[in-house]
Amino acid sequence: MTVEELQIKILKALEQNHRITAKTLATMFGVTEEEILQTISAMEEAKVILGYVTLIDWEKTGHNNHVTAIIDVQVTPQRDVGFDTIAERISRFPEVKGVYLVSGGYDLSITVEGTTLKQVAFFVSEKLATLENVKSTVTHFVLKKYKQDGIIFNDGKKDHRLVVSP
Amino acid sequence: MSRPFVKKSLAELPPSGIRKFFDLASAMDGVISLGVGEPDFDTPWHIREAGVYSLEKGFTNYTTNCGLEELRREICLYLGQKFGLDYDYSSEILVTVGASEAIDLALRAVLETGEEVIIPEPSFVAYKPCTIMAGGSCRTVPTREEDHFKLSPAALEEAITPRSKVLLLSYPNNPTGAVMTKAELLQLARLVQQHDLLVIADEIYSELTYAEPHVSFAALPGMKERTVLINGFSKAFAMTGWRIGYAAAPAELIAAMTKIHQYTIMCAPIMGQMAAIEALKNGAAQMEMMREQYNGRRSLIVNGLRQIGLPCFEPGGAFYVFPSIKATGLSSQQFCEMLLKEEKVAVVPGDAFGHCGEGHIRCSYASSVEQISTALERMDRFMQRLARRSRKKTATVFKP
Repeated sequence: MTVEELQIKILKALEQNHRITAKTLATMFGVTEEEILQTISAMEEAKVILGYVTLIDWEKTGHNNHVTAIIDVQVTPQRDVGFDTIAERISRFPEVKGVYLVSGGYDLSITVEGTTLKQVAFFVSEKLATLENVKSTVTHFVLKKYKQDGIIFNDGKKDHRLVVSP
Repeated sequence: MSRPFVKKSLAELPPSGIRKFFDLASAMDGVISLGVGEPDFDTPWHIREAGVYSLEKGFTNYTTNCGLEELRREICLYLGQKFGLDYDYSSEILVTVGASEAIDLALRAVLETGEEVIIPEPSFVAYKPCTIMAGGSCRTVPTREEDHFKLSPAALEEAITPRSKVLLLSYPNNPTGAVMTKAELLQLARLVQQHDLLVIADEIYSELTYAEPHVSFAALPGMKERTVLINGFSKAFAMTGWRIGYAAAPAELIAAMTKIHQYTIMCAPIMGQMAAIEALKNGAAQMEMMREQYNGRRSLIVNGLRQIGLPCFEPGGAFYVFPSIKATGLSSQQFCEMLLKEEKVAVVPGDAFGHCGEGHIRCSYASSVEQISTALERMDRFMQRLARRSRKKTATVFKP
């Protein structure tokens, strides 16, 4: 197995579950735990692995003060840098959780999170819409989450199989 | 007291060796099971969706005995692309209620009373009872771990008698995970030809091979006309509960099997057949994803078992490993019962798959990585405890 092959195998496993232990990965791929840890650190340093996030259903907690909005933004691209400068600028706001350049009727699709509707609305009208080069915004508040990052909320999935079968 | 209503031959037929263990395991809570002989994936959504849609469209009727024409055409296309086989959809394919039905039909269609079926063991639990119920007699051939549980030409030749009619081959194998290469199968084919045998090739795990692609026995020179090829959707497409399998064989054999099928089953359920069409048309990507997952788990469990002192050869197919537990000094049944009671891990005793499976256990890796890891930890603890116990015993025995 080449280094590249090992890297891809590790990435695929981590993408599904980043809490999988180095020991399990080592057993799976027939290498030492040390090799797994080194390969992961190298990929972290190279920013191939950017971070590890946890998907939480906040609705199920007492702290249900999460408001998410998806915002379509039209911007004026700038000479030489196109959309990059404005997109990077928008990315700096901590309220902004995702920024994508998209094809279609508008240019950037951004995801914003806040604690209240008002806070998100304020961010859009005061911070986002007022940026130079931002031509228009259309805000869609998320009413209910069904699936995110490949995971279905309230899936209710169970193993229905018999305990032992031929 | 009334006379016994159940016929003697059936009353004498032993129940599946798995049954007892199933009862034991299902009565317990918190069991991690590596004893399951089916995929842990749900049927891919697009296939389920096709089944639902067929119901919505009102496909709730019988189909022709041999199955929907479109499905049979897709099966022929698939067998052609995958294994280089050339079957005629109109006369050489029969869609059955799972591959299990096809095994039963094939045996019932060909066996005269007392004719022998050669069954390499360890193997799937249904072959022997089906042979007996069809009036045949079983000639089991033990395969050995040293040979990676492949059937050797020498062993086959030795088993052949003038009464031998059928060789039942099942590779990739349940419970061992053994596979056979083309070169090895060719050697068997020569003997099959020489002794004028019919081969029933149960290739239900053909999609789940990890080193080399599966070679279908029917694709070997001269073998198509003497092979009943059996396959299905359960393992490849995670469709066990849909109960859709099929047989591909020369027209004469398919016609005979269809006779039994039409008088007993009529046809396989239509919604399952509709879903199976979708599986063959658009299921390749999801199947590939599942195979990749199994492959990762396979390394995890093989390496894991070896590390805790349960040697096992590396299985090339299916989703089972068949480690040896001989070093523990326990029988397969004892080992499995103790492991279940002490650590709540369910595995299947190897002797359930034939006498030569004694000294082994079957572990299925159709389980999540997390579950396999936890099961391995528990088994490790169990093995260490066994070792401590036996050390203590030895110490007492040899005390001066």
